[in-house]
This record gives sequence, C-alpha cells and structure tokens, in this order.
Amino acid sequence: MPGFKVKMLELRNIQKTYEGQPLLHGISFTVTSGETVCLLGPSGSGKSTLLRIIAGLESAEQGDIFWDGENIAHVPVHQRNFGLMFQDYALFPHKSVRENIAFGLEMQKLPRAEVERRVDAALRQVNLVGFESRRVTDLSGGEQQRVALARALAPDPHLLMFDEPLGALDRTLREHLSAELREILRKSGVPAIYVTHDQEEAFTIADTVMLLHDGRIVQSGSPDEVYSRPANSWVAEFLGLGNLLTGVVSRREAAQIVKTGAGTFSLKCSHAHSEGEQVHVLVRPAGVVLGGEITGESFHGTVMDILFHQSGFKVTLDNGMYFYLPTAPKIGEKIVLRAGSMECLG
Amino acid sequence: MTRRARNWLAPTLFLLLFFFYPLVRVLLLSLRPEFGALPALAALPEFLKVLQFTFFQAILSTLLTLLVGVPIAYLFSHFDFYGKPILRALTAVPFMLPTVVVAAGFNALLGPRGWVNLALMGAFNLSIPPITFVGTLSAILIAHVFYNTTIVIRLVGNSWAQLDPRLGHAARVLGADSITVLRRITLPLLRPSFLAAALLVFLFDFTSFGVILLLGGPQFRTLEVEIYIQALQFLNLPAAAVLSMIQLLCTLVFSILYTRVVTQAVVPLNPRSASMNIRPARTMREKVFVSAASIFIILLFVLPMAALPARSIVHLEPDRGERGNFQPALTLNNYRELTINRLGSVFYVPPVEAVRNSLAYATITVILALLLGFPAASALARPARLERIIDPFLMLPLGASAVTLGLGYILAFNRWLYAPLLVPLAHTTLALPFVIRSLQPALASIPQRLRDAAAVLGASPGQVWRSVDLPIITRAVAAAGVFAFTVSLGEFGATSMLARPENPTMTTAIARFLSQPGGLNYGQAMAMATILLVVTTTAILVIEKIRLPGSGEF
Repeated sequence: MPGFKVKMLELRNIQKTYEGQPLLHGISFTVTSGETVCLLGPSGSGKSTLLRIIAGLESAEQGDIFWDGENIAHVPVHQRNFGLMFQDYALFPHKSVRENIAFGLEMQKLPRAEVERRVDAALRQVNLVGFESRRVTDLSGGEQQRVALARALAPDPHLLMFDEPLGALDRTLREHLSAELREILRKSGVPAIYVTHDQEEAFTIADTVMLLHDGRIVQSGSPDEVYSRPANSWVAEFLGLGNLLTGVVSRREAAQIVKTGAGTFSLKCSHAHSEGEQVHVLVRPAGVVLGGEITGESFHGTVMDILFHQSGFKVTLDNGMYFYLPTAPKIGEKIVLRAGSMECLG
Repeated sequence: MTRRARNWLAPTLFLLLFFFYPLVRVLLLSLRPEFGALPALAALPEFLKVLQFTFFQAILSTLLTLLVGVPIAYLFSHFDFYGKPILRALTAVPFMLPTVVVAAGFNALLGPRGWVNLALMGAFNLSIPPITFVGTLSAILIAHVFYNTTIVIRLVGNSWAQLDPRLGHAARVLGADSITVLRRITLPLLRPSFLAAALLVFLFDFTSFGVILLLGGPQFRTLEVEIYIQALQFLNLPAAAVLSMIQLLCTLVFSILYTRVVTQAVVPLNPRSASMNIRPARTMREKVFVSAASIFIILLFVLPMAALPARSIVHLEPDRGERGNFQPALTLNNYRELTINRLGSVFYVPPVEAVRNSLAYATITVILALLLGFPAASALARPARLERIIDPFLMLPLGASAVTLGLGYILAFNRWLYAPLLVPLAHTTLALPFVIRSLQPALASIPQRLRDAAAVLGASPGQVWRSVDLPIITRAVAAAGVFAFTVSLGEFGATSMLARPENPTMTTAIARFLSQPGGLNYGQAMAMATILLVVTTTAILVIEKIRLPGSGEF
C-alpha cells in the first residue's frame, strides 16, 4: 500500500515483580501494523499486568517500551493513544451507549459533528445501530462487549489491547464474536495485542501466538507453527496437544531410542541428546491406526473410559494415555494401536 | 385476631397515644384563630429572622461538614494505615453522644475556663480569656461538624470504596487526565451518596437543639430553640405551636427528599468489595495526606472529648471565697460535690439524684421500647401489605423535633399524668424507631430454611426456637436495648421541656451547671458530663461489638 507507514510497538526486557515475587522476567517482543499478537498463558502469569504496563497504568521495574522508535516510558496514560478493552469491559454505568463510545473522542476535543459521525460509524462496525440511547446497565453480555469494543475503536488508537474480553460469554457467542473481532482488526489494520488463557480463542484471532510461562515468552510463532512444533513439554501440555511421556535416551544415533513407561521407541529428533538424558515425548492422540502386533512402535492397553468427542471417541487406556478413534471399543477391551505421530520435545 | 394484628396492636396504640396525639394537639393549638394566630403573626419579622438563621447555620454547617468529611471518606476508602480501625471508630462515636456532653467537651477545651484559655492566660499573664469560642457561631458550626462528619464518611466512603477503579483506568486510556476522570467519572458516580449525606446532615443541623442552646447562647435562635423559649420562658404556647408546625413541615419535606435521593443511586455494573480498593500509602504525597488527615481526625474528634474528663479531675482556679495562692492539683472534689446538697446550689437535691433519675428513666425506656418494638419488628421481618403502610409512620419519631414532642406532651398530658412518667414515655417514643430498626434485620435474617432443617433433623418447635431463633435474637435484643438506653440517657430536647427542677436528669443537670457562673458549678458540670460520656461511649462500643453487621445504617 503506497504511503502506508508501518508502526511498531517494541518491548525490550520488561521486568516486573508483584508483592516481592518476580512476575515478568525480561519480556521482549514487537507488534507491527496489521499484526495481531496473542499472549497466551495461564491465569496469574502476568498477562494483564503486561498490558497495563504497555498502556501506562503501571510501570515496569526494568526495561523499555518503544513506539515508532521512541521510548514512551514517560508518556502519561492519557497521551499514549492506545486502546484497551478490559476484562469485564469497565463501561461507564452512568452513561448511555453513545456517551460511552463518545468519551475517547471528546477527550480528543473533536468537534461535535465529527464525534457524532464517528460514534455512528463505530456502532455500525460492531452491529449495534439503534442502541445509542440505551443504558449500558440494561444490555446483555454480548452487547456490552460490543460497546466496549466500539469505545476502544472509535478514537482510532495506534494500538489495540484486549484483556480476556470474551471471558464472560457463552461458547457460541464467543466463537461468533472472536471471528467478528478478527474481521474488524483485519480491516482496520491496527496492531493488536490480545491476552487470553483460552487456546481456541487465541488460535482463531492471532497472527502470532506468544506463550507466556513463568514470566518468560517460551515460544512465539504462527498458530500453525506452535501447534505442529511446540517448543517444549510445557507448551504441549498447556495447549493440550496430546499425551506427554517422559523417557530416557538409551542409545545415541541418528534415530534415538527412548525408553518410556509405555514402551521403547525410536524417534527422530532435532536436538542433540546424550545417553541417559531425560526427554519428553509428545504422542498426538489423532490419526491412530488400530490393530496390529505389539511392536516397538505401538501402544497397547485396556480401555478404561470412552467419551464422545467431535474429533472422534476419546478412548482412555489404563496407562493413562488417550487417543481419538473413529469407532468406540468396549470398556475392558484390550487394544493395540500405532500413534499418528510421536515427537521428541527435548 | 390474627397474629400479625396482635403484633401491631401494642406499638400502634402506643404511638397513636404518645406520638400522634400530642402532635395533633400542637397542630390544633397552632390553628386556633382566637389567640393562636395573632401573637404569632405580630411577631412575624422576628420569626422570619429565626427561620433565616435556622437555614443559614444549617447550610453553613452542612457545607463545612462535607468539606471535612469528603477527604476523610477518601482516606478511609482508599488507604490502609496504622491505627485505622481505632480512628474509624473514633469518628463514629460523636454521633451518638448526648449534645450536653459535646457542649461540655468543647467548653472544657475552648471555653472561658477551658484548657486552651487557661494555658494561654497562664503563659502570657492575661486576666481575661483571649479566645472567645463559646457563644459564637463558630462554636455551633464546629460542633455540628464534630457530630455529623461520620455520616459523610460512612455514606460517601462506602460508595467510594465500591467504585470500580478500572472505570478510571478505562477513562485514562481513552485520553482523560486525572482531573477529567474526577469530574466525568468519579464525582457523577458518587453524587447520589453525596447528596444523601448532605441532606441527612442538613436535616440534623436544621433540628439541632442542644448545640445551639449550650454552645451558641441566647443570641442564636433557631426554630427549635425558639419553640423552647416561647414555651418555657414566655409561656406563649400558641406561638410555640405555630413554630412547631413549621418545623415539622420543613423536616417532612427534607425527609421525603432524602428517601427519594437514596433510591436513585446508580447500580454499579461490577460492585467491588470494599477491601479491593484499599492499599497502604505509597508515594510521598499519599503518606503526607494520610498522616495529616490522621492528625486532623485526632485533633477534631479526640481532643474535645479527652479535654472533658481531664478537666473534671483538676483544680485549676481558686474557688469562690478562696483568696491568695492556690495550687493547681488533681482532685476528685468535683465528683464528691455531686453527692452534696449545697446551699445555694442550683438544685433542691444533691446532683447525684440526677444520675439516679436518668438511670431509672433509661431502664423504663429500655423495657417499654423492647416490649413494644419486638412485636413490631417481628411483623416487619415478614412484611405484607399492612407493614408497608405502617412502616413509614413508625419511623416518623426519628425526624420529629424532640422539643415539639415535649411541647405536645405538655399540652396533652400535663393534667392527667404524674409528671415524672412523661419523661420516660417521651424517651420510649423517640427510641422506638431505633429499637425496631435494630431488631428488624436480625429477625428477618433467620431464614425459614434453617428452621426447616432443624425440624427435619428432629427438633421440636420449642427446640427449633431455642437453637435457631434465640441466639440470633438475643444479640439483636441486647443491641437494641443498649441503643434505647443510650438514647434515653442522652436525650435533651424533650427532657428539657418536661423535666421538673426537683427531678433533674443528667442532661438537664449538666445544662444547668454549664449556664451558671461559679467554679464549683463548672467543675460539677465537667464531672457529671464525664460520667455521661463514659457511660455513653461504653454503650456505643458495646453496641458495635454485639450487633449484627449490616443493621442500623442510615
């Protein structure tokens, strides 16, 4: 696009403690125009705090924040021109829908006519035309969420931040709104940081997924990359990618032999391991082939539990592993299967 | 007769006879054309001045109270600091103190014989007290602030503590600086509680009696004081009646306004629990604010009440008839003097009789108020249509002028009832709303489920009552009883109209002592006021300890 300036947010080595305990251990990343970055991590991992630091509501103990190459650490909150959508929306209860959305525009001292125009445009964007005079206290959860979104979008912020905005909604609404959100973000091209603990939400919305664990970013990549090549066992476990086994390397060759509780397998691995080193193995539950002999490549066990699932019947064996099978075996039945994929996670 | 009707019988009859009937008598007197209206009309410019002054001092007091109360509300709703629970309790105590005790306290601190003046006179060798406090408008205003700040602190403070701080954050991210956040977000959300507090404070200042009479003196006349003077000094009962009706009308209007405002509060979307907003002071500015505010609270709320007992146990001036040097010393003489009937003293009986009378009246009040209040509270605990009609009438004595009630008793009962009984009956009428309001939440809080559970587990109806209802009720009854006791002990307005000189109460005794010259009388005022202070404060602290949370707020 000619004349399109690429704006960038850069975080360098952000450190933060909370009540004396370290929370963020040196967070660094960038977000560019048109990019939606999703910060994924368990509750209490410091995601919201990071957003607040970027917004200026809190300060980091160490580290810098750059916008467009300039250090904004000393820029006060109300001058940063970032948008923040809060977890339970923080709508102003004493103002109507229109007044809520207009607030940021009024702070920019725009003329009345322009404010009206932008509010109308925002309402159209989030599909709430006709709701102008409603009290925000009378709205449903989904409607409140859209008002909060419109309020954050209307002032045309340079950067948008979302703090678990879909938490209060039911599943259908959540799926619908996260798709809508993605569409709005794509059209406006505003860089966005989305914080959530819900993996599905993250993968729907994000261009880049960043996993936050113990105050550090342990993996950063597209949803596809993260999904197919998790960086370590924590990522695989957090994303629920499959069965995690621990094993010991018993022979050091091009294909390493790993002895686990469920059997001994030979795996291709990109890491260099020494003899006797402990590794994690991810066994994905899908794409299994039922039947066959018990060999060094297969899993076997007695069926303990069967759950109906969209991706197939979730069959749990007595060794604790689970697989998706197209047909349901009987409980107590002994089965043998070969896994679709086995990866060494280091 | 249904159980519900039986519950209401006694309290309703009591209020009809001892509240509504006397007021109706006052109303009738005020309306009688032959000799009621004319003298009242003739005194119109005087009366207008009185009305003007009543509004003036009430408005001024309210503004000052808000000015003092709002920062303190901010302090308590946002910060945690050393000594916070104590300071919080201290700001609440004045509200329940008898007006005569407050007057005595300020007198002990800032009066012509008070600590400050004596210290200055001693330090700079002056012969007349340099600070004039008692008898000025400032005294009235400051005493009102002292009394009513706790209303602002509670109402505004609670609202503020429940304010979601993220609303302010959202506003700042959208581009609002701190002042704009205050103006557009915080203050509009606080406005209902702010208005409610202002109206309530105004109501109390408007009907203030003891403070105006004892700390202001004869040149300051509000409606309430004027009723008293017209009735007891000029014996102009019709004029007093007219003034009473106007007073009642005004308080009725303001009470209605208040209930309107209270119901209009904006319901917060995400009410926070009060403790989420509270944290220790972090920046230097915050620490300075916390320290300064704490010191201010101690100065305003502790000093006057500490000055009182201190003043009662020292001998700082020569007695009448004493010449030459004397040594300032600690002494219990003032207390001893209470038991002696001195020639030329203000009373015909030893002043300690006043203590006995007060305690007797208070005991009668407690018994009567509990006997009448309990059935009413039981009925209100499970309200039906009948209760919704009766409830507002039950609460009327709260807003009614005590002096007017006294006037009504004089008109209605002076011929028939043995005069001393009038006092505890008036006290019961005034205490009844407090008792009902204390008992009602407790009785309402016993969910039927608990009783059902006990019954299913094998408890007979008697056992159910004993194990489920009784423990809850006992606490509430105790709290209500202490409440009634405190109201009776400290009551001044109605008592000053009804008590005879030969049967003084502690409050009338203190008032008399304060208004008479002479070191001995002053000392005895301090001593008696200290006794009343100690008893009342103990009662207040006991109430706070034993009553159920959530009951009895405004």
